[in-house]
Amino acid sequence: MKEFVLIFRLRDHADSKPSPEQVRERMNWLAGLAAQNKLADKGKSLSISNAKTITSDTIVTDGPYTEIKEFISGYMLVKTDTIEEAVELAKGNPILKVGGTVEVREVLAISYSS
Amino acid sequence: MNDNVTSQQKLLPRLFREEYTKMTAVLYRHFGLKHIEIAEDIVSETFLKATETWSVQGIPKNPAAWLYVVAKNKAKDYLIRHTIFETRVKGAINLDELQFESDFDFTQQAIDDSQLAMIFAVCNPSNSIASQICLALQILCGFSVEAIASAFLTKTETIKKRLLRARKNLRQDNFQIKFLSEEAIQSRLDVVLKTLYLLFNEGYFSTSNDHLIRQDLCSEAIRLMLVLIESPSTNTPTVNALMALMCFQSSRLEARANNNGEIILYEQQDKDQWSQELIEKGNHYLIHAFSGAVHWQTKYHLEAAIAYWHTTPTNNDKWEHILQLYNQLILIEYSPITALNRTFAFAKVNGNKQAIKETEKLQLTHINHYHALLGYLYADTDLNKSIAHYSQAISLTKSASEKKTLQKEIERLNKTQY
Repeated sequence: MKEFVLIFRLRDHADSKPSPEQVRERMNWLAGLAAQNKLADKGKSLSISNAKTITSDTIVTDGPYTEIKEFISGYMLVKTDTIEEAVELAKGNPILKVGGTVEVREVLAISYSS
Repeated sequence: MNDNVTSQQKLLPRLFREEYTKMTAVLYRHFGLKHIEIAEDIVSETFLKATETWSVQGIPKNPAAWLYVVAKNKAKDYLIRHTIFETRVKGAINLDELQFESDFDFTQQAIDDSQLAMIFAVCNPSNSIASQICLALQILCGFSVEAIASAFLTKTETIKKRLLRARKNLRQDNFQIKFLSEEAIQSRLDVVLKTLYLLFNEGYFSTSNDHLIRQDLCSEAIRLMLVLIESPSTNTPTVNALMALMCFQSSRLEARANNNGEIILYEQQDKDQWSQELIEKGNHYLIHAFSGAVHWQTKYHLEAAIAYWHTTPTNNDKWEHILQLYNQLILIEYSPITALNRTFAFAKVNGNKQAIKETEKLQLTHINHYHALLGYLYADTDLNKSIAHYSQAISLTKSASEKKTLQKEIERLNKTQY
């Protein structure tokens, strides 16, 4: 069993404040995943307004990338055998209906020995 | 004389049952966890003496008080004998220093305190949860090994071994039962609640066909919960939540089995048989469970809230509420049964067709309830699949009454086919 992080991205700030109906839909999707015992960590939603970005020359700028059209709205972790399975799970997320995207990445075990 | 014997035959088992756990709790606390068998011996001897004496002299006016006096004397005798032995062998103890100060107090307060302390002592995390439940049944509820074995559908030998190990661990535990500290309560309350929750479930969902034993388990769990509720130190919102859950579930105990002990499904239950008294008690505890400023959301809160909705008449929102509660519950703790119950609620909200997809994703093919649920969901649209799943459920369950219930459902479906 591997772990994959699902990274959710939105284009429009308005979508980060979902309607009650959208909240319910997302909750049903999340619980459906948990019911399959494939949820490793339900993750967190991330604030758009209270955000800073630090670059290598320690210049701190407001917000996530204002020049970039997408921002990360949240993340969570699933546990599946393959990345294909994780992708199948991600396809059900309602964020896709409002033009958002989901990035699926395998979580690597950090090796401290080398 | 004959009257004496019959009234005694009726009174004694009930009285012994009620008084055994109270008396042992007080004595356990006095003698400590290292010597729990001394307490049990004294109580057994007390009952023996009662049986002998009462069959000749009749039953005293206040049998419980009589029992307490005899138990007190026997405990004191034991201490004196034990002390003499100790002083003769060791010669170190000054008799004057010996105090029988606690004087084996059998007042209601002392009994309550002792029972509370023993609940926390028995729920010792070094024992497996199964052992804790056995130990609770034996030590806190006075169940015989045979009754425990029957409740668990297990051989008496297995239960004996389990208890032997568990009691050994209990003796070695340094748990302080004389004064139950705030710290001990904090560290063990979760384990205590889990044990009592499972004890109740064992009765409520048990595969044992003995209906009486199952009801006993449920009422014992509630009795012990009441000890927690009545002590200010343990009367927490979470304790109230679990108590509310048990009351709501118990309100349907009568309605969910017919005279043959067969399970009657929720939707087919005679709602007039639901105990309004227990539902009202459940409401009372539920209000306490959600009191205070904190947003309480333990699994007991969620389960109690679900059980509450089950006691209400069906309306438009009912199943939507239940589904949302199951959604939160499954996020707190995964269990196959929660997953299946959630999908049942999902079907009620979104229809059987969508629910079939949701269920088949669960892949719990080794569990009878999975097939029973699919059997139910396919019944409207695909009779063959429905019957096939019901048959698989039958082959997977150990419960005779469940087999019967499922078989009836298949027969009903077969009739609609032709």
